[in-house]
Amino acid sequence: MGNQETIVDKIWNKHVVHAEKGKPDLLYIDLHLVHEVTSPQAFEGLHMNNRKVRRPDLTYATMDHNVPTKNRDVVKDEIANKQMETLRENCEKNGIALADMYHPDQGIVHVIGPQLGLTQPGKTIVCGDSHTSTHGAFGALAFGIGTSEVEHVLATQTLWQEQPKTLNVQVKGDLGAGVTAKDLILAIIAKFGVRFGTGYVIEYTGDAVRNLSMEERMTVCNMSIEAGARAGLISPDEKTVEFLRGKEYVPSGEAFDELAESWLALATDEGAVYDKTVTIHAEEIEPQVSWGTNPGMCVPVSGRTPVLNEVEYKEDVQRALEYMGLKENQPITSIEIDHVFIGSCTNSRLSDLKKAAAIVEGKQVKSSVRAIVVPGSFSVKLQAEKEGIDTIFKQAGFEWREAGCSMCLAMNDDIVPHSGRCASTSNRNFEGRQGNGARTHLVSPEMAAAAAIEGHFVDVRTIAGVPN
Amino acid sequence: MEAIQKHTGLVYPMNRTNVDTDQIIPKQFLKRIERTGFGQFLFYHWRFDEEGKKRPDFGLNKAEYNNASVLIAGENFGCGSSREHAPWALLDYGFRVVIAPSFADIFYNNALKNGIIPIQMEKEQVDLWMRQAEETEFTLEVDLKEQRIRDAKHNAVYFDIPAYHKEKLLNGWDEIALTLKLEDKIEAYEMR
Repeated sequence: MGNQETIVDKIWNKHVVHAEKGKPDLLYIDLHLVHEVTSPQAFEGLHMNNRKVRRPDLTYATMDHNVPTKNRDVVKDEIANKQMETLRENCEKNGIALADMYHPDQGIVHVIGPQLGLTQPGKTIVCGDSHTSTHGAFGALAFGIGTSEVEHVLATQTLWQEQPKTLNVQVKGDLGAGVTAKDLILAIIAKFGVRFGTGYVIEYTGDAVRNLSMEERMTVCNMSIEAGARAGLISPDEKTVEFLRGKEYVPSGEAFDELAESWLALATDEGAVYDKTVTIHAEEIEPQVSWGTNPGMCVPVSGRTPVLNEVEYKEDVQRALEYMGLKENQPITSIEIDHVFIGSCTNSRLSDLKKAAAIVEGKQVKSSVRAIVVPGSFSVKLQAEKEGIDTIFKQAGFEWREAGCSMCLAMNDDIVPHSGRCASTSNRNFEGRQGNGARTHLVSPEMAAAAAIEGHFVDVRTIAGVPN
Repeated sequence: MEAIQKHTGLVYPMNRTNVDTDQIIPKQFLKRIERTGFGQFLFYHWRFDEEGKKRPDFGLNKAEYNNASVLIAGENFGCGSSREHAPWALLDYGFRVVIAPSFADIFYNNALKNGIIPIQMEKEQVDLWMRQAEETEFTLEVDLKEQRIRDAKHNAVYFDIPAYHKEKLLNGWDEIALTLKLEDKIEAYEMR
């Protein structure tokens, strides 16, 4: 007894550079992803102190938050332009690889990491971005950091970290037809709350998780932070290995076989002990729609908005309903939307776009709705165009855009107007997230596509031909 | 980072849970490449309406909280985005202490790196102070060294903070400089 370890223990123990009683561990970082918004002050700090980037070869940068998705050459915002220019200069000066706006590898940082094979099982991965947890889908320990920590990693390739507690989110059974990875993670957050993961690293386990594709696993791990957990991961298996085979930054031949073996050995040992375990039954999960102003404020599409007298935090619920322009006890399917956003690091990969396209094929976006599709990367966009997916969207009345974070956080021109209501495949329904006064409903790509056609939320399972 | 040992200040009570970093500093203000000047944008859409006019009903706009430097909030303060612009904005506005029943992990760390003391405290105590600050001009004295908070009547409450973080705040240490003292260990690790 006592030798069984979780994947978190295994990764942690391999990365401790220095341990001292009464201090956090000094942890080595294998991959540092960088984008334009959270890095300029870090580079400035380095420069002011005459410090160098220790391992430019373990650092990779892209531009995603600010980039225009309509016309790459038109950055109306001078300050945004300066921020991107600053990243370009910083990368050049420090010898860091950069996929800028025009580069074929450009895309949302959490989409391109896996796509290029930079993301690998067992790696410690950080980025000045809270959705870094996405990379956990590959069995990497990946978490978001602040700009001071970005500077620390640039200078030392390490971070001081307390060993996190482990939380097993066990998903029993299997998801029903029309119920997606997005619905699974939204249902988990709705059930256990937006802070149940605080102080923990989540490992998602169980049959329903094993049955997810790698892209679906990324959707689940992506939103771990919305449950309060800095990192969420899934033990590697054959699917992980097959996804990474042949990727640009992954070795090939014998080296790959050896690597694959070491990856599989990272999986949590049978009988390993977690600090906490919670269980959810996949069969009970329906397609989800968020009604409020945090991702835990979510109900099944067949449900209604809450009744004020039945909730614990009445004031918060009331404030959220007011902001959202909704009444209590209102059926979700009665909510009419005027914007649809398919994109973001949660749901902008090829399989997401394909599933949404299957719903809209041969139909028309309701005339009162403005709908946009923003692929997660240039490569996703190209592949989708090869397969004619762009044509399906365009014929249905969707706008087809260039890759970026876009309307998930509306830092560029893709903004939902005041009081506008958006069915969004992104990850945060915070006040003003998609624009000042904008109202966000988080849904799966399939649910967003169906809402675009109908102009209000519908249970995607009632639509014929829904792929599972 | 500026060292902080002791801070006495007026309390601003923000009786909301899950205050996310998008509220603390909205995205349109994240495009600057400096660390300074974010205070004017703190809680922007709660403080200002669409025309940029102050919302008179929002607490922080009221004259009695003009000089607040201790923020008391509900559970899960600082959730969401990892943007360090959130503590930069709080600090630039004048807040040096945030007290809440719980914090989001990334915000907690970011606050520590910028000389803001994040204090986790039992909900009952937070609620009590919240009510007092809503009703009267309410000041708290935070002594980091003693890990003690006192009100004007010298009622004392003690708080927890990891020793390592406490030392750094008290001394205003440059963490990178400390880590670089271990450079030989980092090199040895890389040679493995």
